[in-house]
Amino acid sequence: MLRRLLLGAATIGAVWAVDRILVHGLNPYYYRILVLCGLNVILALSLNLINGVTGQFSIGHAGFMAVGAYTSAAFTVYGVPRWFGVTPESGPLAAALPFLAATLLGGCCAAFAGFLVGLPSMRLRGDYLAIVTLGFGEIIRVAILNIDAVGGARGFAGIPQRTDLAWVLGWCVVTFLVIRNIIRSVHGRALLAIREDEIAAEALGVRTTRYKVTSFVISAFFAGVAGALFSHYTYLHTNSFTFMKSIEVIVMIVLGGMGSLSGSILGATILTALPEALRFASADRLIIYSALLIVLMIARPQGILGHREITLRWLRRRGAP
Amino acid sequence: MSGGAGEPLLSLRRVTCAFGGLKAVADLDLELPRGTLAGLIGPNGAGKTTVFNLIMGVYRPTSGSILLEARPIEGRVTCTIARRGVARTFQNPRLFSELTCLENVQIASHLHCGATLGDSVLDTARSRKEERLILERSRAFLEEFRLTRYAGEKARNLPYGDQRRLEIARALATEPTLLLLDEPAAGMNPQESEALMHLIHDVRSRYRLTVLLIEHDMKVVMGICERITVLDYGVKIAEGTPDAIRSDRRVIEAYLGEDA
Repeated sequence: MLRRLLLGAATIGAVWAVDRILVHGLNPYYYRILVLCGLNVILALSLNLINGVTGQFSIGHAGFMAVGAYTSAAFTVYGVPRWFGVTPESGPLAAALPFLAATLLGGCCAAFAGFLVGLPSMRLRGDYLAIVTLGFGEIIRVAILNIDAVGGARGFAGIPQRTDLAWVLGWCVVTFLVIRNIIRSVHGRALLAIREDEIAAEALGVRTTRYKVTSFVISAFFAGVAGALFSHYTYLHTNSFTFMKSIEVIVMIVLGGMGSLSGSILGATILTALPEALRFASADRLIIYSALLIVLMIARPQGILGHREITLRWLRRRGAP
Repeated sequence: MSGGAGEPLLSLRRVTCAFGGLKAVADLDLELPRGTLAGLIGPNGAGKTTVFNLIMGVYRPTSGSILLEARPIEGRVTCTIARRGVARTFQNPRLFSELTCLENVQIASHLHCGATLGDSVLDTARSRKEERLILERSRAFLEEFRLTRYAGEKARNLPYGDQRRLEIARALATEPTLLLLDEPAAGMNPQESEALMHLIHDVRSRYRLTVLLIEHDMKVVMGICERITVLDYGVKIAEGTPDAIRSDRRVIEAYLGEDA
């Protein structure tokens, strides 16, 4: 227990130090790309739990992200000054606790949305479930677009910028650890069993319905956290949460390898960095980007890593000879 | 038979299952005393697998009741029935083909695991202990079924006969009291089915199981079953010991036609 606390403290310290070094030593443009990479890593890791591990097909991830983004932003703008006495002008240390609360609130609201969307997964599978999640994502987006208190079509202005690389990296670590621990456990194996053969899993006494809903809830929680980090980082408008955003995250996990956590991290990083790296090609950028994706999927249809993981042991073995 | 005398482990009472106008199973009465090794036979389309699906809760009987340890289970969902101690194998093995043999058995060993999702997320001492137990148990099952050398191999890469053995090992890992085997010897050569007969026989006594099996291989059925029930067009036409069944007129008619 003590070891864990120390490890946790060390991680927080390391993440904070990395952030401090990079914020001064790195061009703001690259810093920004790193933050966006981190957000996409959280999104990809969490979606992987539903699509890669449990074998369901959700294309509503942007919807969960939107729920997290808007609830946390509303909390920060309307709740925090009143309850915490923290205003947008307060320093980062005073704002840390309310920001953490806002992020967790965003995650929990998204998790509740995940629960609601997970319910039809009891009866629907495959394409039909995909359509339900798609519909859900769009309903959320359009609903928010029409709420004037959060800016509606003008976008939500006046949210203090609280997110920095330290927060994003910290949440990346938490997301990774939680999902990795689940996958390695008895519960994770139940999720894998559902992906492999739902009927057989059921016959072995796996409560398939409960597990499917649970995977939606956990996945949506982290999507909501990513949304909260996003809304406290950049201009918040529902246009960021269209169906294209969901597709983008799916492409990340397919590219990295469905079911592989290291694959999701790799896929998210590559797909965030690649469009930026291709900026020299200006107008042809999107064509090259798409062509690269097509070539990669032809060459490795199972994704870069397939089901495999890059682990420490694997790295050591590669390094040994 | 060993175990509690008196009430049977499983009993089907006037169970009917109709799909539209077709009665796949009609007014079936079936009793399995504890510890029996019973066979369910009949020509193709006689409704044997439907009986399994009724017991497992895949289908809901149109009428009649199914009692497991004197408690009704009809209308319950499959996983509840599995949790009450019924395990099955499938006509075509339904392994988790992309997972390893060890993982296949580990998944089945979850029923008596006390670690909650929270334990797993926080990787608590309890979670670690349970994981260790599951791993040990699963390894023991593989050992017992002589599958240890395939532990790290994906299930789909196994030879067919071993896949069937793995499926039985996986079913047993749920610690059932009733085991349903759907054509365990299908696709096996005579040596393999001979070995399988011994395996089923052994397993039954070692785990104090009650076994109901569907089988087309008469050598297997007659060799190990103590009681046999014969279905034809969803109706029970005979029931009794292998010897009685072998000489039953209606059974011979059902299998070979009326003029035989």
